[in-house]
Amino acid sequence: MKKLILAFLLATVPVLSMAAGGGVHLDDADVDVTDTESLQRGAKYFVNYCMGCHSAKYQRYNRMGRDLGLTDEEVKENLMFTTENIGDTMTIAMKPADAEKWFGVIPPDLSVTARSRGVDWIYTYLRSFYVDESKPFGVNNLVFPDVGMPHVMWGMQGVQKAVYKEVDGKKVVERLEIAEPGSMNTEEFDGAMRDLTAFLSYVGEPIQAKRRAMGKWVLLFIGVFFILAYLLKKEYWKDIH
Amino acid sequence: MSMLNWIDERFPLTKVWNEHLAEYYAPRNFNFWYFMGSLAMLVLVMQIFTGVWLAMSYKPDADLAFGSVEYIMRDVDWGWLIRYMHSTGASAFFIVIYLHMFRGLMYGSYRKPRELLWVIGVVVYLVMMATAFMGYLLPWGQMSYWGAQVIVNLFSAVPFVGEELGVWIRGDYVISDVTLNRFFALHFLLPFILAALVFVHIVALHRVGSNNPDGIEIKENKDENGIPKDGIPFHPYYSVKDIAGIAGFLFLFAAALFYAPEMGGYFIEHPNFEPANPLKTPDHIAPVWYFTPFYAILRAVPSIAGSAFPGVIAMFGSILIMFFLPWLDRSPVKSVRYKGGLYKVILGLFVIDFIMLGYLGVKPTTDLYKLMAQIGTAYYFAFFLLMPIYSKMDKTKPVPERVTK
Repeated sequence: MKKLILAFLLATVPVLSMAAGGGVHLDDADVDVTDTESLQRGAKYFVNYCMGCHSAKYQRYNRMGRDLGLTDEEVKENLMFTTENIGDTMTIAMKPADAEKWFGVIPPDLSVTARSRGVDWIYTYLRSFYVDESKPFGVNNLVFPDVGMPHVMWGMQGVQKAVYKEVDGKKVVERLEIAEPGSMNTEEFDGAMRDLTAFLSYVGEPIQAKRRAMGKWVLLFIGVFFILAYLLKKEYWKDIH
Repeated sequence: MSMLNWIDERFPLTKVWNEHLAEYYAPRNFNFWYFMGSLAMLVLVMQIFTGVWLAMSYKPDADLAFGSVEYIMRDVDWGWLIRYMHSTGASAFFIVIYLHMFRGLMYGSYRKPRELLWVIGVVVYLVMMATAFMGYLLPWGQMSYWGAQVIVNLFSAVPFVGEELGVWIRGDYVISDVTLNRFFALHFLLPFILAALVFVHIVALHRVGSNNPDGIEIKENKDENGIPKDGIPFHPYYSVKDIAGIAGFLFLFAAALFYAPEMGGYFIEHPNFEPANPLKTPDHIAPVWYFTPFYAILRAVPSIAGSAFPGVIAMFGSILIMFFLPWLDRSPVKSVRYKGGLYKVILGLFVIDFIMLGYLGVKPTTDLYKLMAQIGTAYYFAFFLLMPIYSKMDKTKPVPERVTK
């Protein structure tokens, strides 16, 4: 019997361990959503660099403030530019029709992008813009080819150029290297994008840190309950042989 | 006591209590696999309760559905917990039911006199699949939408009436607001039908009595009071044992809920966090894991004259064939414990085959995978259709008089 159960479990391993992902190698985002300072920095980048075009329309400002350890006043002063009402969600003023005219696509709402794309994808995407003069904004992206988004963070990262190599007669990008430095070095910029990715992960599921923290108490409770239930069963079953 | 008498004169409370709990004699040798029935009922009740509470905040409207789920996750007090209980519960329900069905397969619980019990169980499984399928549309994400599109299109593959059948199910030419609304209505209704069917399942069980890992009829060996020698009253023995089983189950359930509610994209698929977009087909459409073995069978069967109908027949056939199981098994013994090596190997391969088909169902098709799925499909059907032959050939062992520990 035990062998059967074991065989059953083993047979499911390849299914469960199967990773979802595309062709490009993604860097490990290694975000920590319990690090509120990282989230605060990420929130600052988000409202300054992303919210010109992207909303997070399911995220409320006051909830964000509470979860990130900021008062309503701090949120209002530093992170709210489009509304006065602290209970509002993080919407933007740009009209979808205008956006479509300017970018060719409507910039997606980023509320749950960390859950649909994954944090590694976002982290790698943000750091993978490179010069490509054939594109409307002069940049392309390794992770999201022909993306309709300009490299908003070029001032921080600088400008990256692609280094090509030949594979079977075809030109493919081997790696990206900084052609013109920005205000941050690579390490600083990676850290900033990690903060932004962490913030997007938080926005994707604001409860996640609390959920995990709560989990151990629930498991402890059920564990104790199991022991008591097991002892009760043993007591009742003493006379059954 | 007079209060109880008052009730008993008007409703057979004591009689029901005794017949189904205190004096319902179950074999004393139940093992791990016999937890699944009570766990399935627990999960059904949990799904109904969490579902009703979700429905209090959910909006079955193509423009609002996706946002209302996020509203539940963020703004409704404990909404995230209720939603995760429901989404994790759906997968847990199928895990428990698959183990429950496998138990029946191992110990011959479908054999005479339990044929009807098994048949009702297969009906329960069918209704459960329909419920899950309709529920999966409700979050109105990309996989909700395109998964439903693919499955409803299967009905459109039926010759002659298919096109109209598809429109009849959807209420539209594509999955739309109308479809969402009716799926919500049906997803709310079906669980109550499911509960009624489970009641019938249990009535049938208590009529014939529970099978056990030895596949022995305990009613054939009674003491002077007419009580089976190997039977023990369900209450308190199995009621307290099931409480421990429930605690064990809840531990695993909570671990999944609090630490991996998406289960790496299997319980909640990643593309479902993108709102449904009828104009953008995802690169790869896969149903949720519990449907994938049947989806693999569907894709394994080649089209004839451009019609996917043969695959559709194979898929529905792979489920409907379960109805005939009680009459396909010709072995002189019920339990795998007393069957021969031949049957054990065939059953073991069947488990591996089912898991392999499930795996292939989530992967995009390649030539190799398609061949594997075809072999898997052939084996799946052979397991059932050749059972009258191999179950007779199999060398069985003598079955003991009384149950073993």
